[in-house]
Order: sequence, then C-alpha cells, then structure tokens
Amino acid sequence: MDSIAALKELLYKIADDQLIIGHRNSEWTGLGPILEEDIAFSSMAQDKLGQSEHIYNLLNQLGEADADTVAFTRNAPQFHCSQLAELPIGGYDFSLIRHFLFDFAEYLRFEALKTSAYQPLAQVAKKFFGEIKYHTMHANTWVHQLGKGNEESNSKMQESLNYAWNYALGMFEPGPAEDVLIKENIFIGEKALQDQWLAVITPLLENSELTIPAKADWAPIYGGRTGTHTEYLQPLLSEMTEVYTIDPSADW
Amino acid sequence: MITEEYIREELKKVPDPEIPTISIVDLGIVTGIDVLENHNIHVTLTPTFAGCPALRLMEDMVKEHLGGIQELGTITVETSFATTWTTDLISPEGHEAIKKHGLAPPKRNCSNITMELLEATPCPYCDSDNTKMKSPFGPTLCRSLHYCNNCKQAFEGFKPVG
Repeated sequence: MDSIAALKELLYKIADDQLIIGHRNSEWTGLGPILEEDIAFSSMAQDKLGQSEHIYNLLNQLGEADADTVAFTRNAPQFHCSQLAELPIGGYDFSLIRHFLFDFAEYLRFEALKTSAYQPLAQVAKKFFGEIKYHTMHANTWVHQLGKGNEESNSKMQESLNYAWNYALGMFEPGPAEDVLIKENIFIGEKALQDQWLAVITPLLENSELTIPAKADWAPIYGGRTGTHTEYLQPLLSEMTEVYTIDPSADW
Repeated sequence: MITEEYIREELKKVPDPEIPTISIVDLGIVTGIDVLENHNIHVTLTPTFAGCPALRLMEDMVKEHLGGIQELGTITVETSFATTWTTDLISPEGHEAIKKHGLAPPKRNCSNITMELLEATPCPYCDSDNTKMKSPFGPTLCRSLHYCNNCKQAFEGFKPVG
C-alpha cells in the first residue's frame, strides 16, 4: 500500500469516528440529566462534527468526494468508525465511560499527529488537540466523581467499563499499512497509541476506584475499521441522512 | 496607497457575529493580509473552533466589508489552520470588548489548559476572584459557565483555548 492510500485510510477512520460519536453525543441534546450536561454533550457533538468536516476536506483534497457526499451517502459497510463510537448512548454511566475511553484516545491521537510529516493533518491536529482537552477534562471530572461517589454510582460505572472495554480496545485495530505510516512519520501507529492510552487512563481509573478488566479477559472487538459494524450503525446512518435523502440540495 | 495596515484598520470594523463588541482583528483570527496587484486583497482567517458555525459567515462579512471599498479590487478570503488560534491572540482591546459584552475575558494560558486555570475566573460584574466554574461548556463553543460567590450572579466566561 502506498503512503497516500495509507494516509487516506487513517483519515477516514479518524473522520468517521468523529462524525459517528458526534452524532451519538448529539442524542443527549434535550435529554441530559442536568442542564449543564445537556449543554456539554451538545457542545462536544458540535466540536466533533466540525472536526470530522475538516478531515473530510483533507480527504477531498486527496481526490475523494466532498465532505457532504462522503458523510451522507455511504452505507454502514463503507464506514471506518470503531464499533465503540457507534454503540447506542445507553444510560448516562455508559455514555460517560465511552466518552472517557474514546476522548483520551483521540486526545493522544491528535497529540501524536501534531508532529505528523503530513502538514495539513499536523495543522488541524494542533487545533483539535486544544479543543479535545476540554472533552477529556469533562470526562475525567465525571468518571472521578461517580467512581468515588457511592456504591451504586461506582457499580454502575464499573459495569459500563466492563462492557465498553473490549470495544475500546477495538479502537486500536491495526490498519493495513501501519509500517508505511510509521516509516513516513505520518503517524506513530495504533500499537504505540494504545500503549500511551493505557499509561494515561490506568492511573486515572484507579484514582476513581474503577478497575480495568483483567488482562486475560481482553479480547479487542475489531472489524469497525474495515466495515464490519454492529446492528446499531445503519439505523443511526438512516436517521442522520434522512433530510439529505429526501432532498440532497436542501440548505439549512 | 492601500497598505496592509489600512486593510487591518478596515477589518477592525468587522464584528464577531456572536460577540459583536469585539472585532475579528482584536479576536486574533486575521492571520494574513496580502495586498496584491490592482489592489486585489487576500485575507487569511484562522478558525476559533473547528465546529464554529460562524466560519463561513465571517468569510462573507470580510468580503462584504472590503468589497464595499471602491479603491479595492477583487477580495478573496481563505480559512486556514496554518496558524493555530488560541485565546492568547486576543488583543488587550479585545479583552475590554469581551468584558463589555458581559463575559469574563480568558486568562492567559500559554497552551496549558487546566481545571485550576478555569477556577477563580474574575467576575465581569464585580471583579471578585471568589467564583466557581460550573461547566467548561456554555451556550456557544467559546463560552464557559461560572458563578460569582461575591455578587451572587451567574456569569459566562470566554474560555481559554490553547
């Protein structure tokens, strides 16, 4: 695989992750448990959707279709998002745990990409990194508060962590050309990213009295990056593209 | 004689669409002004937030304002991430303008955003430091929510971005 194809593969998985988690975040709009949380998830949704658009624009510069076409006209098998991103919002405990696991990975991913040899990506990564800092701060505040809250809040968070864990490991599914990306200094690779992520989240979770599942039980759920998705993605896409499908020229 | 400085002064008349007391120049998003042949002007803007819905609107406002100046030729505007916007780029006049809008100006952050930085944001009404951050997310992407224990008022801050 040449470096342009490897780069495109990397960009697609980043943008699709942002778009899909962004849509999931937006599902809390109007439903958040308190007003500030409603606003927080809505704001994070706006950040993620904006970020995905800029990455789709980079893909467009590399010869792919424009951002709207790419975002709104593909079906589930053509999406490269991790399965973690597409899972339904569930209860607030699950949404917070997913937010924590996902956003620390994104934070570190963009930190690494700040020094990418592919300049257009390095430039946007620098910007996104500053924005996602707020997402990780928000996630950690709540995980800490509820992890240490009381028995009920701790056990709900722990159960969600157990459920989300193997999906979260699936975020780091190696791409078909990790060696090319690493050799060309485009990206540090999924393996290095996962190691960094574990090093950052392990003490934070311990500090919140939450336990990472035993290593013997780790079974990363891969497939998302190559178009294998849960039953939850296609309904999300159908909802997200409803207006576009009725009238592709609609303007709002 | 059309100079970069002249264009910059003109762009000080273009307000931020969400906080109209501050100009886009004082906000720090004008990162390039090129005066080209035939007085054609190329302006480069950098986004405050990737998801800012006002990006395209601001491009149009620049085109419209400069387009209204007879001496100028064709106006082109580009949004580029080449210079990363941070709130440290907001001018001292910009800080006053933010305060005038009823928002607490962002503290200087040197790209090091911490929870501590957001706590004790000075109240824009009574200047007290005895305040608490309620949420780093507010009604727009650039605002955070705070409460002043001194004058017992909720207020919004322009949040520091690094």
